[in-house]
Amino acid sequence: MSSIAKELANPDVPVSAELQNNVFITTIDKIYNWSRRNSMWPMMFGLACCAIEMICTAASRFDFSRFGMEVMRPSARQADMMIVSGTVTKKMVPQIVRLYNQMPEPKYVVAMGACASGGGPFKEGYNVVSGIDKFIPVDVYIPGCPPTPQALLNGLITLQKKIDGQSITQVPWYRAGKSEPIPVPILGPDLIDPRHAPLLRQRAAEAAAAQMNAAQPAEAAPAGPTA
Amino acid sequence: MTVAPAPTTTELKLDQLFPGEATPDARKGYSGYIVKPDKLVEVATALRDQHGYDYCSSVTGVDYLEQGQCEAVYHLYNTKTGGPAVVIKAQAPRDNAVLPSLTPVWPGADFQEREAWDLYGIKFTGHPDLKRILMWEGFHGHPMRKDWKEAYYEQEGKPFDARWPGGQVHRSEEKNPFGHNVAYPEGFTLEGWSEQADKAVYDSLPTGGHGSTEEGMRTDLVTVNLGPQHPSTHGVFRIVATLDGETIVKLEPVMGYLHRNHEKIGERNTFIQNIPFTDRLDYITSMSNNHGYVLAVEKLMGLKPPERAEYLRVMMVELTRIVNHTWAIGFLLNDLGAFFTPVLYVAKERELILDVFEATAGSRMMCNYMRFGGVSRDITPEAFQQVKDMVYDRLPRLLDEIDTYLTNSEIVRTRSIGVGVLSAADAAAYSVGGPVLRASGVAYDVRKAEPYSIYDRFDFNTAVRYQGDNYDRYLVRLDECRESLKILRQVCEQMPAGEIQAGKPQYQARVPAGEAYGRVENPKGELGYYVISTGKANAYRYHVRAPSFINLTPFGKMSVGHKIADVVAILGSIDIVLGEVDR
Ligand code: SF4
Repeated sequence: MSSIAKELANPDVPVSAELQNNVFITTIDKIYNWSRRNSMWPMMFGLACCAIEMICTAASRFDFSRFGMEVMRPSARQADMMIVSGTVTKKMVPQIVRLYNQMPEPKYVVAMGACASGGGPFKEGYNVVSGIDKFIPVDVYIPGCPPTPQALLNGLITLQKKIDGQSITQVPWYRAGKSEPIPVPILGPDLIDPRHAPLLRQRAAEAAAAQMNAAQPAEAAPAGPTA
Repeated sequence: MTVAPAPTTTELKLDQLFPGEATPDARKGYSGYIVKPDKLVEVATALRDQHGYDYCSSVTGVDYLEQGQCEAVYHLYNTKTGGPAVVIKAQAPRDNAVLPSLTPVWPGADFQEREAWDLYGIKFTGHPDLKRILMWEGFHGHPMRKDWKEAYYEQEGKPFDARWPGGQVHRSEEKNPFGHNVAYPEGFTLEGWSEQADKAVYDSLPTGGHGSTEEGMRTDLVTVNLGPQHPSTHGVFRIVATLDGETIVKLEPVMGYLHRNHEKIGERNTFIQNIPFTDRLDYITSMSNNHGYVLAVEKLMGLKPPERAEYLRVMMVELTRIVNHTWAIGFLLNDLGAFFTPVLYVAKERELILDVFEATAGSRMMCNYMRFGGVSRDITPEAFQQVKDMVYDRLPRLLDEIDTYLTNSEIVRTRSIGVGVLSAADAAAYSVGGPVLRASGVAYDVRKAEPYSIYDRFDFNTAVRYQGDNYDRYLVRLDECRESLKILRQVCEQMPAGEIQAGKPQYQARVPAGEAYGRVENPKGELGYYVISTGKANAYRYHVRAPSFINLTPFGKMSVGHKIADVVAILGSIDIVLGEVDR
């Protein structure tokens, strides 16, 4: 404790009358987290069926403004939290990653429903991503198909609890240096995650070599031209 | 509107009308006519001009792997007389699947042919802009073909041996070398590849062109993107528009951002497993999505649900219609600038209807309620009482409230009268359905034109308006809600007691071989299911004629000449749900 804090914490130190009942003493972490947890603005961004339940949670009966999700922001730059509310498709995931990169820190991601958490009922589909956490970090997963508004509220309260546990001295967004954006996936013959480039190259080289071996079994295979 | 007795498929003998060109489909359990590809346009034109088949409802691609044929199936209707479809089919060899495009005859075939090209690789010659629609340009292969396997492929049909009956599970990611749901074609290298996904979209727009103002000043055309993340596109829908100033010169809808392979998965699922998947098509109207599918399969099985089940189905479906239309009106007002206030009022009543669904089916949104030959659960007396309260008291008040505050609102009127006009002729030609069709003066409602279930018993009118603009599309929805209330009152009065399921509930449906097309008047338009069974546990072909998707066909045309802000309202008045657009 700093000396000022010690002094203030001492009941014997005189506090002038006009300050009594007006001054609260707390820790930086508490006030920082208190203000953040109660103004978590979600990004206005619906993917699929789960988005309808998200709208219901925002609407009259459930009203998540009560918990600080006061307004939804259509711009990623004004949002604190991304609720991934629905099936993530390969065609859509580049946009989602880009939006995530555009969000200013601190930012949180809630995977709402089975699809966003792991692919859900459509997991085997050829255009479906097996959960958004294959690309961006997720803070809270909410089960359900779709999760009821109560479940979504529970998930959001869970996120608030997570925020309560953070400390300004350790949060990544006040560390030195800048945070790296997540590489945006590319729509190739199938979805290409740039982070898989080395693996893709290696497999292409192996395939080329195998082909070469099959074609000219006697000669030693030179390095594949496309490797 | 009184419906004159319609010419039925049996009456219209295509093989006599077009001898040598059309032959009856003789496969067991099939109907319709197979038309020679080179005569297709001719036959189609004659059917349209001489026999009144002005409405090309559905274009379906089918892949007959064993026979080495690809087939396109067309369901044609007559909007003046109603009645059943004339079904024509055209075949082409799989390895050279080329068919003539029917877009010159029915422009409504546009998106559907693009879909058949995208998913089946059927090339339609003469199509104005044949490019992929659900997947992106550059994707490998045509994924609905029977020999195309997805990355997580396990087996042709469910239940998968790996899971059943032992109940073992594994995560498909663990078996994939990338740990993702991806598979690359043979010989793919990062270096030998270039991105094309967006190029095809921009190529069809006059980017870089010039316009001019009234004063003769030369302007540059600008192309802008709205979406796929945009609050006014009602989900992950993308609009690419070329503007002259603020005026739309050309507009391309781009979709597929929620393409979750409903049909491919549907052909792996057992018949009954598909019911919950239909919930997730148009996720606002899950109850009525069930209805179309069970009707199609019941046709194949020759099942008839008991009376009480029919009434329960109609009740749920009409409640759904009110939910959908009021929701659509709420969101249209969002797009007109009344941000979320009308939606809140509508959502309040919707919640009460969802309570009924939850009490009856077990879930608020994904009801999974109907079964082949019945429904899954009976309604409780309390829930039935709540339906009555809604029907006789709350819902009429809600509709009056909407009417009072919105119908004569100056802003609503100026923003929507005369905006996004679709003429009656265009509406039918572009195959739009539901309120969009009827707001343009075409009194076509499947419940009347080809009554299914017990709709022929109820006294109700087909709501129809004539201007074809945003305002009439709004009014038609309001009218339809009132007609639905009429039906609901009759349902509440006549609800019979008795069984809710024909026979014992089954976990595996035995569906005889053959094809069937079941269609219902969904809140957004004609929802059709084309199902082919080969007698196995899974459908050989499972196609959804999605009204939201097809209603978008004239969207570009309706928007030209309007401002960007109006485009958003036009889209709102068409009322789409992306789960159904992209499937
Ligand atoms: S989890 Fe279920 S409700 Fe949510 S998006 Fe996926 S399919 Fe739809």
